[in-house]
Amino acid sequence: MVEAMVKKPIVKALEGDKAVTEAIRQINPDVMAAYPVTPQTEIVMEFAELVAEGLVDTEYIRVESEHAAMSSCIGAASAGARAMTATCGPGLALMWETLWVTSGLRCPIVMAVVNRSLSAPLNILTDQTDMMGSRDSGWVQIYAENHQEVYDNFIQAVRIAEHPDVMLPIMCGHAGFVLGHTLGRVEVLPDEVVRKFVGEYKPLYSILDIEHPKTIGAYDHWDYFFEHRRQLFEAINNVLRVIPEIAQEYGKISGRYYGLVESYRLDDAEVAILIIGSGAGACREAVDAMRQKGVKAGMLKVRCFRPFPADEIVKALKGKKAVAAMDRCECFGGEGGPLFIEACSAFFNRGLPMKMIDYFYGLGGRDTVPSEFCDIFRELFQIAETDKIKPPLVRYLAVRE
Amino acid sequence: MALKGWKELEPGVVILEPGNTIEYKSGTWRTFRPVIDMEKCIHCMICWIYCPDSCIMVKDSKLVGFDYEHCKGCGICAHECPKEAITMIEEAKAKAEEAK
Ligand code: SF4
Ligand code: SF4
Repeated sequence: MVEAMVKKPIVKALEGDKAVTEAIRQINPDVMAAYPVTPQTEIVMEFAELVAEGLVDTEYIRVESEHAAMSSCIGAASAGARAMTATCGPGLALMWETLWVTSGLRCPIVMAVVNRSLSAPLNILTDQTDMMGSRDSGWVQIYAENHQEVYDNFIQAVRIAEHPDVMLPIMCGHAGFVLGHTLGRVEVLPDEVVRKFVGEYKPLYSILDIEHPKTIGAYDHWDYFFEHRRQLFEAINNVLRVIPEIAQEYGKISGRYYGLVESYRLDDAEVAILIIGSGAGACREAVDAMRQKGVKAGMLKVRCFRPFPADEIVKALKGKKAVAAMDRCECFGGEGGPLFIEACSAFFNRGLPMKMIDYFYGLGGRDTVPSEFCDIFRELFQIAETDKIKPPLVRYLAVRE
Repeated sequence: MALKGWKELEPGVVILEPGNTIEYKSGTWRTFRPVIDMEKCIHCMICWIYCPDSCIMVKDSKLVGFDYEHCKGCGICAHECPKEAITMIEEAKAKAEEAK
């Protein structure tokens, strides 16, 4: 089934948003329904041009809102089409109701989310509050660290979502502006390799199959609602098995292998930072800087947040003396951010001790630089040496008092 | 109707068997029950057109009664009947009468 690895890579300088457009062009979906919103606009604008120029066969539906965008995608998917969309921040918030319809109806829609904060204060820059706010909606969630991952994630997302044991929608997150509007080096695959990899979409059901009349989206009373939800728990947990399988296959055609998580200089590390998305770039530099001084620091990047890869995280961090979880989102009133809370519970549930602190960071597009990660590593070593966490457990990185 | 477990259900909220709504006994919802006065009925079929649940039973072009397993007692038939041939009576009272 799998193509031999492409010998000579096609290298392009692409903006993160453009990497998504390029992936969608190659996938050539049946339907794209989207509404422009900064900083996702480039994706839908450039894709609309491709449609206008006849370079794809996609039916492009210009809608009046993100709620309508997702509703159109649901309709298209129910009719048996491969449907896609893209959004960010407030657009995702407006979609919220339909997110649950998408997963409930098992529509394997692929959506690019150019991570943007939620107002107020009005802000168009990046953090992960948008996607983290919809983390429990039955969507698979993967995040990209760099331009290459934006492209690679989106192509693999099609196969993950449409896997027969999954059949769930998937969001592919990447940082607005930081990745979305900057140029990066991206190795792209030839069109025919991508098309062969994604294959033809085989819908579970199609309303247009008039030989077999059916009702999609009927009402469930208390007698069936819970059973249908139980199916979703099962389906999303299957993703933990499916992502590595698809990643293996993708590795064979691209030479780039991905997992649920990715370790960086972690094996012999004494302390580690746990992080999601583009911030991992600066964190790597901090790890290197610490290592140059002979300090054993490491990083674990979470690529897939939903479903939560608890086993992989525990396996990778077990035995470390202290860990800082980095949450680039708001989670007002919780005992820390989602990454921290779930990582803590992963250790607790396995009866393993772990000294863990949480940092809220980078909200509203605030840059986090390597030296700030170095400070966190120093903090972690202090915790390791004293075997004590000086309160507070939950901190705010680089916020003026 | 035996309730299915989650493993037996088709994935997604889909009904693949057309017309299986008949298995759902909406008659249990009824607070009021329609009863017909055959003396007044002229078999014009207006109630048959209006009933949202297809519960007006007809034989040889004549109204013969109601499908009480599915009639949910909305009263539309009684409201639309030009001859006031249908009366809505309290379901509980009707049940009590039947039990006697
Ligand atoms: S509408 Fe009234 S008169 Fe006409 S068929 Fe129905 S019950 Fe009889
Ligand atoms: S009461 Fe409503 S449901 Fe029952 S027969 Fe009349 S119209 Fe139909």
